[in-house]
Amino acid sequence: MFGEYAALLVAAVLVNNFVLVQFLGLCPFMGVSNKLDTAIGMSAATTFVLTLASVCSFLTYEYLLTPLDLTYLRTLSFILVIAVVVQFTEMVVRKTSPLLHRVLGVYLPLITTNCAVLGVALLNINQAHNFMQSLFYGLGAALGFSLVLVLFAAMRERLVVADIPEPFQGAAIGMITAGLASLAFMGFAGLV
Amino acid sequence: MRQIHDIHGGIHPPERKELSRPGKVIDGPVPAQLILPLSQHIGAPASPIVAVGDHVLGGQMIAEAQGPVSVPVHAPNSGTVVAIESRAVPHASGMSDTCIVIELDGEDTWAPTSGIADWREHNRLELMNCVRQAGIAGLGGAGFPTAIKLASDRDQGIHTLIINGTECEPYISADDTVMQCYADEIVAGAEILAHIVGAETILLAVEDNKPDAAAAMTTAAMNCEMAEVVTFPTKYPSGGEKQLIEILLNAQVPSGGIPADIGVLCQNPSTAIAVLEAITLGKPLTTRITTVTGEALSDPGNRRVMLGTPIKDLLGQAGFDSTAGNRVIHGGPMMGFAVTDLNMPVVKITNCVLAPTADELPPPQPVQPCIRCGHCAEACPASLLPQQLYWYARAKDHEQLERHNLFDCIECGACAYVCPSHIPLVQYYRSAKSSIKDAQQEKVRSDNSRGRFEARQERLEREAAAKEVKRAARKAAAEARAASGEDPVQAAIERAKAKKAQQERVDS
Amino acid sequence: MLDLLMNSPILLALTAIVGMGVVFGSLLGFASVKFEVDGNPLSDQINSILPQTQCGQCGYPGCRPYAEAIADGDAINKCPPGGEDTIQALANLLDVEPEPLDAEHGTEKEPLVAFIREAECIGCTKCIQACPVDAILGAAKVMHTVIADECTGCDLCVEPCPVDCIDMVARKTGIRHWSWPLPNPHNSPLVIASDRPVGEAA
Repeated sequence: MFGEYAALLVAAVLVNNFVLVQFLGLCPFMGVSNKLDTAIGMSAATTFVLTLASVCSFLTYEYLLTPLDLTYLRTLSFILVIAVVVQFTEMVVRKTSPLLHRVLGVYLPLITTNCAVLGVALLNINQAHNFMQSLFYGLGAALGFSLVLVLFAAMRERLVVADIPEPFQGAAIGMITAGLASLAFMGFAGLV
Repeated sequence: MRQIHDIHGGIHPPERKELSRPGKVIDGPVPAQLILPLSQHIGAPASPIVAVGDHVLGGQMIAEAQGPVSVPVHAPNSGTVVAIESRAVPHASGMSDTCIVIELDGEDTWAPTSGIADWREHNRLELMNCVRQAGIAGLGGAGFPTAIKLASDRDQGIHTLIINGTECEPYISADDTVMQCYADEIVAGAEILAHIVGAETILLAVEDNKPDAAAAMTTAAMNCEMAEVVTFPTKYPSGGEKQLIEILLNAQVPSGGIPADIGVLCQNPSTAIAVLEAITLGKPLTTRITTVTGEALSDPGNRRVMLGTPIKDLLGQAGFDSTAGNRVIHGGPMMGFAVTDLNMPVVKITNCVLAPTADELPPPQPVQPCIRCGHCAEACPASLLPQQLYWYARAKDHEQLERHNLFDCIECGACAYVCPSHIPLVQYYRSAKSSIKDAQQEKVRSDNSRGRFEARQERLEREAAAKEVKRAARKAAAEARAASGEDPVQAAIERAKAKKAQQERVDS
Repeated sequence: MLDLLMNSPILLALTAIVGMGVVFGSLLGFASVKFEVDGNPLSDQINSILPQTQCGQCGYPGCRPYAEAIADGDAINKCPPGGEDTIQALANLLDVEPEPLDAEHGTEKEPLVAFIREAECIGCTKCIQACPVDAILGAAKVMHTVIADECTGCDLCVEPCPVDCIDMVARKTGIRHWSWPLPNPHNSPLVIASDRPVGEAA
């Protein structure tokens, strides 16, 4: 049983990494990865949102939608749940670190539309996870997102001071690096 | 046999020391004028105590130390002060600084001196003061006031004194010559230094490319129980004090710290001799041994030269061919800097004057992009990451530079020596260090200004509030008077009438 | 009522969604009151980066008002005494692109301090009242002098002086203020041919 959860976690973090393998959640990935401090703040926020949203979506589906036979409303209600969690997270961030709130700017409320968050919620349903599995899946997705965001931010910080030829500076070399990182992560296929 | 260790990195550039014929001291030239900068050391410049037209004797103090981190300046020979003005000085910037110019009279008369024969009976403060008053600064090339270095012990004191005869930089053989010719004096000076700082062990460090010097020092050390000669394989920059401590004692000076933090003190052999002469003979620092070398000279060698001798005269005596030489370097090929005005004088930190030909030390090759090969990190004796420091210095990222320990860089140049793209790495680090220091100073200034501004705002508010209170009090008083039925205007008119009536009575 | 809901799926769906909305909305309302934020600590951080000359060249009456304006979204390139370094530090803090100094507000000059030519001073105290950091020593009909270490070089004292006896002189001159320049900052080695400056032949 422990092995099953560990496998689920490793699969979500490395093998089926949400950003570099499933290509979900690319907007904050490219938009917030300029500085390492911002990236760490964003990963913390997204981890909080993803885990909480994954659990709340599961509970909503299991105990509200299914008994009332309203499963077709899942997309709508998941978005509602996610929006609430993101609003809550934004309030907490503004209280604890106004600088981080200012720096993240519009990307914080944009977690609502992050397809990785909705993706996790819907995939939980598709793969018929139970409560614990949903929790671990959401946690794994969040950890995978954080891992990749922090790695990419560290790389971009070095890229910005390097001798990049002018046509490649900025987003272009970022995209190329993301592609190479994605290739690297494909190497985890077959691990679990 | 003491066990020695190794440092990380390091390089083996060609030594080229035989060119300067170590082991023989030649008398330097006697110029017409001596130019003595007020600042020949790290710290505050000295302040002149003579005036233009004064006659001075050899060894007479002509400028006194200003503040704790400073040393005085003495006249190297007798003569007349002809000017106290701005002259070219040996400095990487090529700028000028205030100097005292003495026209030598050729009489060679000296101020009377008195030494302390029984220095073992004197306390360390007296001896340190004697060292300071003799104008002694580190003669290895850094020029740190020796008296301050001797006073820098921490709680646990100094247990080991190291006499740094490594001289790892190519071409220079001044310390080699001093060790061969004055080994006894070095050991005697080391004993005094050890007494001052309370050290129990004296290590006389010599690289293994100087066998004659090691032999001379071993013979001299036989008379001193606490002294031991240690030789170790030649590598640049083993002579850096942090690197030498690691080689001899396998101990690392903490990042951002000084050797005194781990109870060690390093001194140059010439500095030890200067301390000996200052204390036992009362002689101040007026000459030094300087290596004058390079293939553009017909007579290279180590010369005992008076401080303040123009480099032109020194090169002239050594047979300098200005057409063959493409530049003159003050210091060695790794850590020295090129000088343009040859009228500038020899100062306390001039350990070498190098006059190479264009073939011997060709001009630097064009800079190419960094290929991230990592040779620089392999060569760094301080185990830093020169490549990362380079990128961050270019980007002026102060935070990352400090995180990568920029201030632990000893600016030895090993990284630039091995760089296949010929990038002048040390220049980047020097520039970055001064930017960071400037930014820190500006921050202190701006915090101070903000404090003053806020204090001023408070003062203005207080004054405005006090005015308000007074105004309210006056208004209340006026209302009180009006309420009691008094009409101040009527009262004033009546007072005026009464006065006028009295005036008329007096007149009539 | 429950029967009504159970029999009408659309009504059930609507009720479910509205119900969730109400529950979550009240939760959020609760949270917004609990996580109330007062003051603006961001402007303190910005103010500590600004050079504190209080000169007003940015268009605001001092450094704190400009810091608060930046916290509200104003451009970061309006401070000439701060120059490139301040713009870079602000860009780092706020994670925005550093822009070149806005020439409308002035140009970056070397650090200056004020100097009163004492022979001409009439002791009117107008400069003392103008100095934002009280760096001028003096009183009515008594000699005025600038305390050089406290002067920020803001230049606000020059105009009020009726006899025009105040000069702005360079603060850092001479060999002790020299520092190594960055080698070839604009001649970065060419990596590929298109890095060559515009106008040069291939």
